[in-house]
Amino acid sequence: MTERVKPVNVEEVESVVIRFAGDSGDGMQLTGTQFTNTAAIIGNDISTLPEYPAEIRAPVGTLAGVSGFQVHIASQEIFTSGDDPHVLIAMNPAALKASLGELKPGGAIIVDEDEFTAPNLRKADYTSNPLEDGSLAGYQVHKVRLTTLNRHAVEGIPGLSSKETDRSRNFFALGLTFWIYDRPLESTLEWIDDKFKKNPAVKEANRRALQAGYHYGDTSESFSTRYKVKPAALPAGDYRKVTGNEAVALGLVTAAALADKPLVYCTYPITPASDILHFLAPLRNFDVRTYQAEDEIAAMGATIGAAFGGAFAATGTSGPGLALKSEAINLAVVLELPMVIVDVQRGGPSTGLPTKPEQADLLQALFGRNGESPIPVLAMQSPADGYEAAIEAFRIAVRAMTPVMLLSDGYLANSAEPWAMPNPDRLPPIDVRHPMLADFQDGQPFLPYARDPQTMGRPWALPGAYGLEHRIGGLAKQPGTGNVSYSPDDNDRMIRDRAAKIAKLAEYIPLLEIFGKPTGDLLVLGWGSSYGAIHQAVDKAQQSGRSVSAVHLRHLNPFPRNLGEIMDQFDRILVPEMNLGQLAMLLKARYLKPVISMTKVRGRPFKISEISAKIDELLG
Amino acid sequence: MSDVNQLTRKDFVSDQAVRWCPGCGDYAILSQMQRVLPELGIPREKMVFISGIGCSSRFPYYMNTFGIHSIHGRAPTLATGLKLANPDLTVAVITGDGDGLSIGGNHLLHAMRRNIDIKIFLFNNRIYGLTKGQYSPTSLPGTKTKSSPLGSIETAFNPISVALSAEATFVARTVDVEVKHMGEVLRRAFEHKGVSFVEIFQNCIIFNDGTWDPVTNKDVKDDNRVMLEHGKPLIFGKHRDKGIRMSRCLQPEVVSLSDVNPDELLVHDEYSENMNLAFMLSRMAYPELPVPIGIFRQVEHPTYESTVLDQVHAAQQARGVGKLKDLYSAEDTWTVAAQGVNGHDDHRFTME
Ligand SMILES: Cc1ncc(C[n+]2csc(CCOP(=O)(O)OP(=O)(O)O)c2C)c(N)n1
Ligand code: SF4
Ligand SMILES: [Mg+2]
Repeated sequence: MTERVKPVNVEEVESVVIRFAGDSGDGMQLTGTQFTNTAAIIGNDISTLPEYPAEIRAPVGTLAGVSGFQVHIASQEIFTSGDDPHVLIAMNPAALKASLGELKPGGAIIVDEDEFTAPNLRKADYTSNPLEDGSLAGYQVHKVRLTTLNRHAVEGIPGLSSKETDRSRNFFALGLTFWIYDRPLESTLEWIDDKFKKNPAVKEANRRALQAGYHYGDTSESFSTRYKVKPAALPAGDYRKVTGNEAVALGLVTAAALADKPLVYCTYPITPASDILHFLAPLRNFDVRTYQAEDEIAAMGATIGAAFGGAFAATGTSGPGLALKSEAINLAVVLELPMVIVDVQRGGPSTGLPTKPEQADLLQALFGRNGESPIPVLAMQSPADGYEAAIEAFRIAVRAMTPVMLLSDGYLANSAEPWAMPNPDRLPPIDVRHPMLADFQDGQPFLPYARDPQTMGRPWALPGAYGLEHRIGGLAKQPGTGNVSYSPDDNDRMIRDRAAKIAKLAEYIPLLEIFGKPTGDLLVLGWGSSYGAIHQAVDKAQQSGRSVSAVHLRHLNPFPRNLGEIMDQFDRILVPEMNLGQLAMLLKARYLKPVISMTKVRGRPFKISEISAKIDELLG
Repeated sequence: MSDVNQLTRKDFVSDQAVRWCPGCGDYAILSQMQRVLPELGIPREKMVFISGIGCSSRFPYYMNTFGIHSIHGRAPTLATGLKLANPDLTVAVITGDGDGLSIGGNHLLHAMRRNIDIKIFLFNNRIYGLTKGQYSPTSLPGTKTKSSPLGSIETAFNPISVALSAEATFVARTVDVEVKHMGEVLRRAFEHKGVSFVEIFQNCIIFNDGTWDPVTNKDVKDDNRVMLEHGKPLIFGKHRDKGIRMSRCLQPEVVSLSDVNPDELLVHDEYSENMNLAFMLSRMAYPELPVPIGIFRQVEHPTYESTVLDQVHAAQQARGVGKLKDLYSAEDTWTVAAQGVNGHDDHRFTME
């Protein structure tokens, strides 16, 4: 290789969005993850969004087989994985075709030129070669003979097969990306050493590929600019990266530990919730008892059984599984036992878009059961927020003796961001009381459905407690005793008491905080994963002088006490949702306020620019 | 804890009025259960009865133990979760032929396959009692009911064959009117460590009266059933003059004891790991062959929940009791120091 003649410019940028795309066998998730980890470690704020194909092994080189990983790195605080990528690294024609539509105009494309052969172009449904036909004129295209260069780089490693040779290609691409963004290789090299310690040939190949890619950037005339993204001013603390599913799992384990209880997690595998199970299953030394049931109904039943037995019981699923659980959730409602149900929403209806997010289970979560069946519903708003949301869900469940639903979605589940790890020793414990016969010495009887005057919760008496034997069930009950009763008065009382118990939680949950001024022209009101996009769009609008504020709902049932008052202070209310207006409908019904519903059901999260455009449209 | 030695039948009777139809077979089962439980040496507060929906599933309300009357077909799932949370408890599942083999068939199979230490009692009246008399998965072909006026056209499940196919480690059959036999089978079912499956022939006097007559009617029953006893040859008949032998095509056949040497008769073995004999016995059915009553199989396998707890203990021994701090920092971590005057540059990054 020759030394470069032209000098390299160094440009400082506040943030950049990079998309790695390739065939599902090309290791794009790994490449993206390594890039992200390095960015996090050198202090950028980060947010990532992996995109997997729905089929596990789609034919190689086809559009269906494209796997992508988008990472947003910045020197200021960020809240989403970025709107449109600035840079696209495409390992084959299909990856280019699948991702080009979202690339920013004028953005950079790095392609493996070697892959643009006639058969590969055909597999990607290209009729002519986009590298030659001028169709990429609006972008900065870097054609790199990545496969060839990489083969040279790893040549001569004893025992390396030709398949393994080309498999290390992604590290060449990563090395080049590291050079462009001026990142150190150490963390990835260490990772390679550890990951491939049992396979020295592959280890050596990946190391060399990474370094060769970096070196190529240094020497090739094709790249004249490097970009610097300074560390972000994140609040002080100890950080790690978490996905939404990891955060929820960490929250569930923590909640159980705070109550000194085993966590029993019963579930049936379903995308995009399965990773919660995968994360919890190895944690036997935390007394985490995971249970893979035969279906979601069984998972819900086992969760109820575990709650009756006194464990911290939880289940996780996605929309189709939630539909199966509904009858059993209703049993939990009338048994009045504490447990947490996590719904990682995906695109519906039916099997829908299994790997893509949507927020269209809101009404199912609230109302998808027979009879009057209110339960508290919470939504997490960012990946790391899943931790606190899960702990809060358990606090509420135990307080009010009720199943609690926690809503996540496919975007939150898989995307990652830095998480400021709290010190678990400083978290307030979750107080759990189980009555004993001795509590009833003064002649008053033990009543399984006696209600705590403050919370309206009933006692959580466990099998094993001498003298407290009692039966509970799904039939209508007499207040207090819980004995079967078909009396109209008893039925009316129990239904109203259960509803009042949930409504009363509004006294316990925190008031909503407003981002921005408490009055104004426009309030953007959201819930769940749209938090990042709404926050950044509203922030931008405020900076440009617009009278717009935002509130984001953690609690969808009951609503926070001050929600109505807040809404009253704004001329107009915009409710963006990844459904056809479910929260908007609830707000209209509950507060009789004309809200403007903004909807999206494209299997992709809201972009900041979409919310900004809507704000601009409304405020003229 | 209650003094287990002083428990009596009355301790297990709840204050709720029993509401089955007069003459229903469920009464006899309830009363045998209440008679047997005090003899088990288990504190009452450690017993839990969980049922689904059906006439039979009202059972827990009448037992003065802990109990859940759950939803149709799902009792084994609740029982499983309960055992996972507290393996110390004695957990019984009460189910019917519709509850356990129709809507809850899948759960029943998997609870047995996993060998969860729960005691499953399936009250088989070959009918949907609570919903007023539709045919069930155990109704014989041709059974005329409200929902099968021309006679059921479905093949019936044989609950014992189902349980054996699902790898249940304790499988037995008893009859509501044979109270002594039932008491013995209930006791054995509770004493077994692992899943117990007991089919109880139960008469629904309202919607399917007499369905078990061939094996319960005093005049004919001894000729139509064979009582299984471990280590004993299969002999039956009013005059105990008939036996079961394997034909040369490996089919069970009835032989007269006056014709054959007793050595040729099949001998029952409850404890065989090999399921062939038990399964063959489960296929014997009226009217071709006498119906076997008793314990088909009892083998010891590790239970599901004890294995989970073993894993917990082994992991805690090997890795120590988990600490949240370690869990949080199991991935790469970095530290952002408090900010200095000029912002970013004061950050210190470490990788752990
Ligand atoms: C989800 C649901 N579907 C249907 C029913 C109606 N149902 C109640 S009991 C029953 C059948 C019970 O038959 P079985 O299990 O044999 O019990 P038995 O009454 O004969 O003891 C049915 C269909 C129900 N309660 N729940
Ligand atoms: S309907 Fe049949 S099974 Fe139900 S209680 Fe009456 S007799 Fe018993
Ligand atoms: Mg029945």
